[in-house]
Amino acid sequence: MAANADQQDRLVEAVGAAFAERLPLQIAGSGSKVFLTEPGTSRGRADVGRLLSVAEHSGVTEYRPEELVVTARAGTTLKELEQQLARERQMLPFEPPRFSGAGTLGGAIASGLSGPGRPWYGSLRDAVLGVEMINGRGEFLRFGGQVMKNVAGYDVSRLQAGAFGTLGVLLSASIKILPKPVHELTCVIALEAEIALERLREWARLPLPITATCHVDGQLRVRLSGAESAVVWAAGHIGGDVVHAEPFWSQVRNHEIDFFKREGTLWRLSLPPNSLLTDEPTLIEWGGALRWVRSEQAMFDWARQQGGYALPFNGDYSTQYFLQVDRGLRKRIKKAFDPAEVLNPLTDVVPDAN
Amino acid sequence: MSRAIVTELLRANLPARSLITDPKALKPYETDGLTAIRELPWLVALPENVRQVEAVVRICRGHGVPLVARGAGTGLSGGARPHKDGIVLGLSKLNKILEVDIDNCVARVEPGVRNQAISDAVAKHRLYYAPDPSSQIACSIGGNVAENSGGVHCLKYGLTVHNVVGLTVLTVDGSFLELGGKGLDSPGYDLMALLCGSEGMLGIVTEVTVRLLPMPPEKRVLLAAFHEVKAAADVVGNIIGQGLVPAGLEMMDRLAIEAAEDYVHAGYPREAAAILLCELDGVEAEVESNLSFVSHLLEEGGAYDIRVAVEPEEQARFWMGRKAAFPAMGRISPDYYCMDGTIPRARLSEVLENIEQLSRHYGLKVANVFHAGDGNLHPLILYDANEPGQLERTEEMGGRILELCVAVGGSVTGEHGVGVEKLDQMCSQFSATELDQFHRLKAAFDPELLLNPGKAIPTLSRCSEIGGMHVHDGKLPFPHLERF
Repeated sequence: MAANADQQDRLVEAVGAAFAERLPLQIAGSGSKVFLTEPGTSRGRADVGRLLSVAEHSGVTEYRPEELVVTARAGTTLKELEQQLARERQMLPFEPPRFSGAGTLGGAIASGLSGPGRPWYGSLRDAVLGVEMINGRGEFLRFGGQVMKNVAGYDVSRLQAGAFGTLGVLLSASIKILPKPVHELTCVIALEAEIALERLREWARLPLPITATCHVDGQLRVRLSGAESAVVWAAGHIGGDVVHAEPFWSQVRNHEIDFFKREGTLWRLSLPPNSLLTDEPTLIEWGGALRWVRSEQAMFDWARQQGGYALPFNGDYSTQYFLQVDRGLRKRIKKAFDPAEVLNPLTDVVPDAN
Repeated sequence: MSRAIVTELLRANLPARSLITDPKALKPYETDGLTAIRELPWLVALPENVRQVEAVVRICRGHGVPLVARGAGTGLSGGARPHKDGIVLGLSKLNKILEVDIDNCVARVEPGVRNQAISDAVAKHRLYYAPDPSSQIACSIGGNVAENSGGVHCLKYGLTVHNVVGLTVLTVDGSFLELGGKGLDSPGYDLMALLCGSEGMLGIVTEVTVRLLPMPPEKRVLLAAFHEVKAAADVVGNIIGQGLVPAGLEMMDRLAIEAAEDYVHAGYPREAAAILLCELDGVEAEVESNLSFVSHLLEEGGAYDIRVAVEPEEQARFWMGRKAAFPAMGRISPDYYCMDGTIPRARLSEVLENIEQLSRHYGLKVANVFHAGDGNLHPLILYDANEPGQLERTEEMGGRILELCVAVGGSVTGEHGVGVEKLDQMCSQFSATELDQFHRLKAAFDPELLLNPGKAIPTLSRCSEIGGMHVHDGKLPFPHLERF
């Protein structure tokens, strides 16, 4: 695979042909998140469409560190992108998960998933400044731009975040980036989950340089980032053992720690941070606002009662993801971008009426 | 549509005090903050609760009446300009703070609540709502959502879209969309991001849940004076490129400095070609170390005078001149026209030079007061509407400035919105297929185009009439230089 290749013309042509023939397309990046979109199977559902690979459309097209913006083609791997940024001591603020070490920028945007720093650094969708895309009619479109503030037209760029490629084939995106913090450390404290949530609640109201929290198996970890003086001061306030250069955060982000390897259905719960705990094994991130729960019981209703949402983090994820919200409007939005429904029918965004 | 029938239906659903039809009483609603553009609406409805909002929307839909939602009317692009055959749906009476949830660090409020009122209500918990548009004393949170408002501190803390976690939206078909909540994300298309900045075209916001942040314990404000505009502009990129994101980073040029000085006597150096105002916040140790870092960069970048405000009163004085800059212009010029383009920071000094050239070409003075840190320009073109031809020249020059912003990879509007004001410039920024996509998206929400008709997105025929030119960022060879 070429690290820098412009496949735009091929992709525009392919979508145009699919629209003309009403043939569904299955958009693919590196395939690292396919496990979220295949009900009941572990392999691709080739039967629902012709494969449209965007992985070859790759490469960073514009990067000026002082602008805090990077523009890259959708097939650019997260690994390559993050390495380039790291050379300038910068980073993707939303810390996108790289399951099995893979993942492309386009796939990260399509799934909309953000990592451990999300409440403090912002989400993936927060960082999207502009996109180039192909809609379901095979038209090349450009929305947003490379500037921080832009209210010209509807925010179609951010709408692509978490749309699972159902509204368009992403060609490239401009992303807001941040300087890497000059200093970082992690406080590790032995605490029961309930007490940990209480502490997190208190700390959320204080101006502490917290950039990630995780509670699992009786231990609370708090990442502090920023000016050294501020970080050291805050570590004293928070307490526990201080660990530098903690690999834990990338392991949580990429689901490599033990909790994610255990048996049982994994649920992702996005909740008000002060929500109750369940009895099931739970990993708590985002100051309480993100919970990973091992449960064989469906958690949809419980999460709704708390004022949040639960999704099974398996092949049913993308289907349930779209079922949780207004179906009529969702269908009309889908049709506005993709009238013939050729883009990613695998995510079941428009289930038939029956 | 029969006005008599619609009026009767409205009377049956809303108290008499909530309906305005008398032309004299309608007058205050004929314009928003863009006072050059006026239109008297047929009727103003000021519902007092969500049920009444629902009734107005239902009646308008049933009878095909155009509906223009309005918050405090402080918008600067004519987004709330009424429709002559339509109803203005004023949401100012929905002004209750419904819940302050300290445990989840959020507040649930009605759309008519003033931006500043949210921060005031939670100040006792040492929390605040971060986006602070300069109209924050008056502007409403519903309007902030419609415009995706920013403010001086959005460089570090983000725009409205980054600080709203939940929205309840009434769509024109009468259904309520519950978007987000008190958590940080939710499944399905990100309609919250789509609604932010949609200028009342997609739905009526009836409830907003905002994130509250802890107040920073320490603040410092630096004022740095420069002999050259270019030097000041280049330092801006340098500070951020070095990995420091200040809470605010603003710039004023000489004309703006002098006008502000004459008006509020903030103590700005009159002889400076440009000043930068830089706010740093955080815990004390962090603020101190950032302060010495920024001071060093300013000095290295050619600042000949650097002052630091430590005490709140002094900080307020530093900011006073910046905040008074617009009214100050009103004192030195009969009229002024405020632009809102954004550009990549690296192009700042180049674009400012080009604006200067345009200013000479058109014979109109331009003062620059703007959010330098995020590349959001607010050039103020000074003119006299009583001089024949000046307004036309001003508008033409304004258009050129915005096209210049697009040409260097920016946008025609950073935070004021398109409204009716920048419809023509939208033709420069977007291709026909892109505008068409906007219209299709609009139709998914509002197929009969009743919500704020004619705003934000130009029709394709309008663009072809004005000979709309699509400038792809920077790909036209120096379009701004060739056009003089």
